[in-house]
Amino acid sequence: MRNLRIVGAIFAKDLRVEWRHRETLVSMCVFGLLMVFLFNFAFEPAGEEALRLLPGLLWIAFAFAGILGFNRSAAAELENSCLEGMALAPIDPGLIYLGKMLANLFFLLIAEAVVVFAVSLWYNFSFLPSIKWFALTVFLGTLGYVAVGTIFGAVSANTRMREVMLPVLQFPVAVPVFIAGIEATTGALRGSPPAEYASWLRLLIGFSVVFLVLSYLLFEYVLEE
Amino acid sequence: MPSDESRVELALELLNVSKFFGDLAALKEVHLRFEPGDSVLIYGPNGAGKTTLLRILATLARPSEGRVFFNGRDLRRDPAPAKSRIGFVSHATFLYGELSARENLRFAGTLFGVSGVEKRIREALELFALLDRADEPVRKLSRGLQQRASLARAFLHDPDFLLLDEPFTGLDAASAENLRAILKGLPERGKAVVFSTHDFEQGASIARRLVALDRGRVKYDGPLSHAPLGALRIARGAGRTKDA
Amino acid sequence: MGNKTFPLTLHLLLTLVWVFVALYMIFQYAPEETTMGEVQRIFYIHVSSAWTAFLAYFLVFVGSVGYLWKRAPFADDLAQASSEVGLVFCTCVLVTGPLWAKPVWGIWWTWDARLTSTFVLWLLFIAYLMLRSYVLNPGRTEVMAAVVGIIGFVDVPIVYMSIRWWRTQHPQPVIAGGEGSGLDAAMWITLLVTWGAFLCLFSYLLRQRLWLAEGRREARRLRQGLALQTSRE
Repeated sequence: MRNLRIVGAIFAKDLRVEWRHRETLVSMCVFGLLMVFLFNFAFEPAGEEALRLLPGLLWIAFAFAGILGFNRSAAAELENSCLEGMALAPIDPGLIYLGKMLANLFFLLIAEAVVVFAVSLWYNFSFLPSIKWFALTVFLGTLGYVAVGTIFGAVSANTRMREVMLPVLQFPVAVPVFIAGIEATTGALRGSPPAEYASWLRLLIGFSVVFLVLSYLLFEYVLEE
Repeated sequence: MPSDESRVELALELLNVSKFFGDLAALKEVHLRFEPGDSVLIYGPNGAGKTTLLRILATLARPSEGRVFFNGRDLRRDPAPAKSRIGFVSHATFLYGELSARENLRFAGTLFGVSGVEKRIREALELFALLDRADEPVRKLSRGLQQRASLARAFLHDPDFLLLDEPFTGLDAASAENLRAILKGLPERGKAVVFSTHDFEQGASIARRLVALDRGRVKYDGPLSHAPLGALRIARGAGRTKDA
Repeated sequence: MGNKTFPLTLHLLLTLVWVFVALYMIFQYAPEETTMGEVQRIFYIHVSSAWTAFLAYFLVFVGSVGYLWKRAPFADDLAQASSEVGLVFCTCVLVTGPLWAKPVWGIWWTWDARLTSTFVLWLLFIAYLMLRSYVLNPGRTEVMAAVVGIIGFVDVPIVYMSIRWWRTQHPQPVIAGGEGSGLDAAMWITLLVTWGAFLCLFSYLLRQRLWLAEGRREARRLRQGLALQTSRE
């Protein structure tokens, strides 16, 4: 289907543009690593305490790495008015949103993987026993976060003080992602039976669906002049 | 009536369009109609509203008042048919600096649903003499070359309406002459060319029709050869021409 | 339409009367709460403000949808006015919370379900108002704000739900003492009367703000009309 090809093309374009220099991806990873590094001064991560604090730490690192990514992804379209260039095409504006959302998702997942790897190394914590459910949880939470972050990134790009505007918009709206993400991650890392934190996963799925659809429908208004 | 039917086809029309930016009126009660085969110079002093006019025609901006019609249909409802028939060149290049001209065109080709895209890309690159620099990142190209790549992008989907906002800026003499020849030949092929430029002589050598804008208002819309002195005074006042 | 409806002075009078009645009921009619004493009476103001703030955000949503759908300037005025007045009521919740909590529990703040949700709502109001000020191209403000207003509102129930679930798993001291459950009949009546008073006050302030917005729009319309007049031959 043509729409699928268009989304694919936009996704591929974002990847290709980023791949030339990989600046944004590298900054996201470095930022995440720095946060994990600083956290290690806050507490001595050993055993039970680690289990209590790691999920929160992880999601905070993910959150800020994501903000960086959304800002730069949106800014890249402002240069040479490329976003308008896409708006000139006879395509549904929501497809532009989907393409960029998938690219943001891709890069944030990579940065998150780097952060998780660093945490497992520096905190001597193995994610492997719970890797399946942990990965699913992180994916679902990231999906919801990116669903909102992509459209807010585009909105903020039209403001002055855009680096401030984006977190101010994103963090309150993403509260359910933080809560559900942290709760489900805690459950997954403890090895609790999935049924115990399944409702949190369902919340993440619901959040993602709602805001993917809503952002898809509303994106044309962000392009409008 | 049959003749009216064919007139309605493929016309790009502004009806009583005004555009406000805050309290500033960039366009005031503009009525304009463009059809394939038209060759139009939009001229006026800085701030006259030329860019705003072209952006509204290109569907990038919405009028504050009034309507824009393509093919008899209001653009606000369904802009897609118009977009596939319009090519727009502006101050911004719409090109991704990290990608090559070829990659940029390929991307545009997918978005615009161009069939036989590789062939079309080669043709567009050839048209603007870009074949030998087509695979370098666009940001490495000079302003003039970037402008040519931007033109190639606008031509890629073979649009019926070419809207160009000061397309000659940054072009060297040879490229400008090349573009001039291209634009001059388009109306014969059934395309419409609507462009603005600072060089009145250059514009007059291409266009047959003049739309003179002053402070957002259309002061003259008609054949260039019959343009009254008043309109020409506006036009000449805006650029550097040999006459006083 | 605007002039024929309920005149503003009458509205103000009604508001003052209603507020007075509510205050009387809060201090005289409602029974004293067994454990917390007199301070508990702030609960009526605290909860009424919260409900009003949420209603205000609903109006932001209605205005936002209305603007995107119909492009009616009034819809945007409604969204903007509701957000400003709503912020005031929302702040009231966050101020009365500590005023209540400190004497009773000795703590300034607790992240219970209501306070946390209200704080998120407060952040949403702030974000909305910040956006309205910071958009670079003023002509796009209404549309951008509408997008944010809609996304924010759809989020509110999800936020509320997630915080409640979270709090049932990790309970904290609850300021309300159980919203709705275990309230005396007299307390219920007082609460409803107080909420009514707050709604009356809210609608009065909203109408004042809308009147101001309409005036500004009228002035702009005149200026734009003037801009069109000049250079017309």
